[in-house]
Amino acid sequence: MNLSLLVILPFATAIALLFTKGLKPARTISLTGAAAQLILGFVLLYFYLQERNAGNTAPMLFEDDYTWYAPLNIHYYIGVDGISIAMILLTAFVVISGVLVSWHVQKWSRDFFLLLAILSAGAYGFFISLDLFTLFFFLELAVIPKFLLIGIWGSGKKEYSAMRLALMLMAGSALIFVGLVGLYLNTDMGNGQHTFNIMQISQMNISESVQKIFFPFAFIGFGIFTALFPFHTWVPDGHSSAPTAASMFLAGISMKLGGYGCLRVATFLMPDAAQHYSWIIIVLACIAILYGAFATMMQTDLKYINAYSSVSHCGFVLLGIGMLTQTAILGAVMQMVSHGLMTALFFAGIGMIYDRTHTRQVAQLGGLLKAMPFISTIFVIAGLCSLGLPGLSGFAAEMTVFVGSWQNAGSFYRIATIIACASIVVTSVYILRATGKAIMGPLPIATGDVPSVTLTDAKWNEKLAAGLLVLGIVAIGVAPFWLTNLLTSGTEMIMQKIAAVVK
Amino acid sequence: MSSVPISHILILSTALFFIGLYGLFTRRNMITMLMAIELILNSVNINFVVFNKYLYPEKLDGIFFTLFIIAIAAAEAAVAIAIIINLYRSHKSIDVEEATEMKW
Amino acid sequence: MEKQRVRLMNYASYIALIPLVPLATFVLLGLFGKKTLKPLAGIIGCTALFISTALAVYAAYHYFFTDGKTNGVYQAVFVNKVHWLQFSPSLSIDMEIMLDPISVMMLVVVTFVSLMVHIFSLGYMKGEERFGTYFSFLSLFTFSMLGLVMSANIFQIYIFWELVGLSSYLLIGFYYNKPAAVAASKKAFIVTRFADLGFLIGILILGFQADSFDFHTIIQRLTDVNSPQLIGIATASFLDISLLTWALTLIFIGGAGKSAMFPLHIWLPDAMEGPTPVSALIHAATMVVAGVFLVARLFPVFYINEAALVVVTWVGAISAFLAAIIACTQTDIKRVLAYSTMSQIGYMMFALGVSGYGGENGLGYTASMFHLFTHAFFKSLLFLCAGAIIHYVHSNDIKDMGGLRKYMPLTHLAFLIACLAIAGIPPFAGFFSKEEILLAASQSNSAIYYIALITSGITAFYMFRLYFSVFWKASPPAPLQRRGEEENHAEGSFSMKLPLVLLTIGTVGAGFIPFSQFISADGKSFASELHPGFSVLPVALALLGIFFAWNLYFRPSEKPGKMAASLGSLYRLAYKKFYIDELYLFITKKIIFNLVGRPAAWLDKNIVDGTMNGIAWTTGRISTAIKGIQSGRVQNYALWFFAGIIGLLLVLKFWMK
Repeated sequence: MNLSLLVILPFATAIALLFTKGLKPARTISLTGAAAQLILGFVLLYFYLQERNAGNTAPMLFEDDYTWYAPLNIHYYIGVDGISIAMILLTAFVVISGVLVSWHVQKWSRDFFLLLAILSAGAYGFFISLDLFTLFFFLELAVIPKFLLIGIWGSGKKEYSAMRLALMLMAGSALIFVGLVGLYLNTDMGNGQHTFNIMQISQMNISESVQKIFFPFAFIGFGIFTALFPFHTWVPDGHSSAPTAASMFLAGISMKLGGYGCLRVATFLMPDAAQHYSWIIIVLACIAILYGAFATMMQTDLKYINAYSSVSHCGFVLLGIGMLTQTAILGAVMQMVSHGLMTALFFAGIGMIYDRTHTRQVAQLGGLLKAMPFISTIFVIAGLCSLGLPGLSGFAAEMTVFVGSWQNAGSFYRIATIIACASIVVTSVYILRATGKAIMGPLPIATGDVPSVTLTDAKWNEKLAAGLLVLGIVAIGVAPFWLTNLLTSGTEMIMQKIAAVVK
Repeated sequence: MSSVPISHILILSTALFFIGLYGLFTRRNMITMLMAIELILNSVNINFVVFNKYLYPEKLDGIFFTLFIIAIAAAEAAVAIAIIINLYRSHKSIDVEEATEMKW
Repeated sequence: MEKQRVRLMNYASYIALIPLVPLATFVLLGLFGKKTLKPLAGIIGCTALFISTALAVYAAYHYFFTDGKTNGVYQAVFVNKVHWLQFSPSLSIDMEIMLDPISVMMLVVVTFVSLMVHIFSLGYMKGEERFGTYFSFLSLFTFSMLGLVMSANIFQIYIFWELVGLSSYLLIGFYYNKPAAVAASKKAFIVTRFADLGFLIGILILGFQADSFDFHTIIQRLTDVNSPQLIGIATASFLDISLLTWALTLIFIGGAGKSAMFPLHIWLPDAMEGPTPVSALIHAATMVVAGVFLVARLFPVFYINEAALVVVTWVGAISAFLAAIIACTQTDIKRVLAYSTMSQIGYMMFALGVSGYGGENGLGYTASMFHLFTHAFFKSLLFLCAGAIIHYVHSNDIKDMGGLRKYMPLTHLAFLIACLAIAGIPPFAGFFSKEEILLAASQSNSAIYYIALITSGITAFYMFRLYFSVFWKASPPAPLQRRGEEENHAEGSFSMKLPLVLLTIGTVGAGFIPFSQFISADGKSFASELHPGFSVLPVALALLGIFFAWNLYFRPSEKPGKMAASLGSLYRLAYKKFYIDELYLFITKKIIFNLVGRPAAWLDKNIVDGTMNGIAWTTGRISTAIKGIQSGRVQNYALWFFAGIIGLLLVLKFWMK
């Protein structure tokens, strides 16, 4: 199994797009590419499971290593474990749904799909990289398209949002770069050479004092991507101004880059420092969870509601990572996958509603269930997943985080867990408020509050997009053991590293 | 023969250099600025000749450099005048204060 | 051991079908019920439920009479274990079916009542636009409720707990374009969700201290005096209260939320906005007793912790009393029934609270389960009758009713029997179970006993107030008379009558089941007998209540109004439901929204976001300031250049030596 295909495929799609003109060929090529990616993802999963079943216990499978720049010992070094595969599958799901909901992009459609393809290439590359420099390279590759997607195809104060998002993410990148290079310069291959190789670094003993200096850089840097409080402010503006597909990519994939980086780079390579700063992470995560939830309660715009709730939900990811128990980390990864699917579905639903009603203000909507039952059902399912209903993915992920957090004895951890648990009540309040007003209730259109618009239910492409995401959500929700079995080897590896640190 | 001490000539060239520099900083007219630059170049030429003569009389490197600079100065003057003429065409002025587009 | 396995195999072959058949129906009708299967939805739903009911009855027979007992004790049987989510070697959520006397009893109750409601809905919901969706939701609820009662793992029960909450939410909000229904569904979900937070934390404490989420293991470890887990949980404390008490109280909060116990009862009356058959199923017979079931499930653990049991007892007693008083003042037929439900569940709750453990000491436990069983029959009967009445009158308000006995003779009879049953008049079902509860209370706690006694008098009063106001009290309002004459739809179709008849039979007969033979706290059968002498007082009080109701409401009169006026503010207090709703509204609207939500949003917009903007602004200012250097004037650049060279020269000359 050649992992590079995952990067080559989106790039090939992008190149093919360069030779097209107009919406129709562009979207066809994009959809083909996205479908191929999804298939590739499943093929990868199949081969991976086969290898594991055959007794291959290597930490990373399908490794590939090419020297990229010898003087600095930069390699193009790739490989996957269960965590990466879960993230790759998540990306593939979100990409294909994103392409499907953008089926009718009128403005510069070719360039739109081109940017989506480049973004997905960056994401795939990031998830398979095992070399810090390559990882950083792909991370940057995924940032710029977002700026353009929001700035060109966005709505509202799009230039402002695009600029703010790009600046904050770039600031995050700068911090990450400092962290990575700092780590690099403190590695020693024995011959005076340094290395960017994640697996090699994990075998080394980086001194605790060095870790303590560079951990905050890497963690906060990646944290900005995943809406670490108080660096989350790009999230609401960015999401709400972005076009639907970009919102989906942003929340579904981009925020996961940060979570994955926090785990794979910051925590895995610098476990002493992770242990040392754990309490700060937990405090920040708890603030994000509860405060994000309360801030969501007061929002009136559907996209803002989902954006703020993303802040709250990504808090669970950070909480899981900060708690440093295997179950909690497992929960954090599950939450990443779950939130990725759920929030993509949510944004897709909001986008469909907006396309038809031309408003996202909760107060102006109402009774949509009557006019567009399919879209409303999608919205309700996403909402229920968000509030952690059993049977949907959110529940399994959140409970794993809670149980994992509770494994830490001591009142500090217990209180933090209870605070996190309390958010499930607040979440249900804002989700049900939005649902009750927008989806249920009488139609305001009938009373003339909104200029009469013809409301049609979802088209085939929207149904397919939403259907795929719902499938993922339900599959994880009904049988979470699939996902946990896939992830366990990866979390165990990280846990061994953490457990080696004496508390 | 060697009646003129080297310091006299160096004072002359230094004076010439600073006169040129002063002209370059204070004049707004580009032609005058070009002339100031010529003065600076000539002060350098004098230095080359005089050091060659007084320090290494058996060599000719300094003289060669002088000739080289004269040639380059001629070429430079030609380019500069061309720029000035173009500037005059677009700005109807050869005042250096008028041409502040460089900050953009 | 060999025999055990054979027995498990016997159950394993079909027991899982009981919940899975409704699940399949839900999926089928959920996907295709909107159009394709809409006309068939009712038939599919009823057939599926009929299969489940038959299997449940068969399983109950199997369990109670054939092989449930080992050495004279009913043993719990576990089948079909699936590791659902493994947290650590000892902690996992497993999907497993647990059969013990109470879960088997609940299986029968849930499937039977659900079947009745399905059949009733065929007629009641006829012509409804979302007919198929309605039945798919009903199936979802039935599946979740069956899953709940069969759960063998405390996290598993939590999962189904949430799912019944969801189905309740969906069904209350079924008439989604009615703002009141939407508000009620939201309220029901959020209030129970709040209670579930307590439940979840309780699960975490209990599960971690017992080092297992498995009910059987938890009970085994925490009831063994020498086990390290019990010593751990009983000695560890937080705020001077032992962790065991915390855990059980928190779990009880979850149960209290679902069972609408004071002060978390506020959602139940509003939940009556849902279709009436749904109220009969969810908010009378099954889901609301989940809290009682949960306490019963963990009863051996509750029993060893006095403090938690006292909480259960008093919350139950207060709820029973309070709800009965409020019920006397309400005029919405369904709300009266809702408060009566709350009151009866209060009975079940405190019956558990006063119960002992082992043999006859466990009378309260048996009585509680008995009352749960009988209550399911007569309360769902009452609700279905109410449904039939509302269907006929097109109004919920008892002021719009009266004299209906002529037009709805069957409903009248069923309603009367159910009223007699709930009032505790022999020989109807409620009499037997209520007597047992009172007996258990009198043996353990006289304060509770007197509260219960008074409450049972009030119960008789408000039920017969309802009965007389609806079926007697002069002639019916004019529009009803006309309807009775012109249309011949009178009492509704056969599908609406059949459940009434079957449930009436249940209401009459259920009391004669020797319950203590089957269900007891420790699984051992014991004989409970009636004490005629003891029964005199409660029955007399009930008759007194009926007499008062007859006196006041049999004929239209001024008396009720006068009485209300003479009670003045006391009456208002009860009519306004003791202002508990207003109190909640104050807390949520004024405190949570204004003092927490709004500041959080403001903080984010201005402080956190402001800081980020401030950084950007500062950067901008600095760049503007520096920009001046780049003036575009060549001579300036040259000057700087020259100054730089001089500076460098000076550096070289003086510092670089």
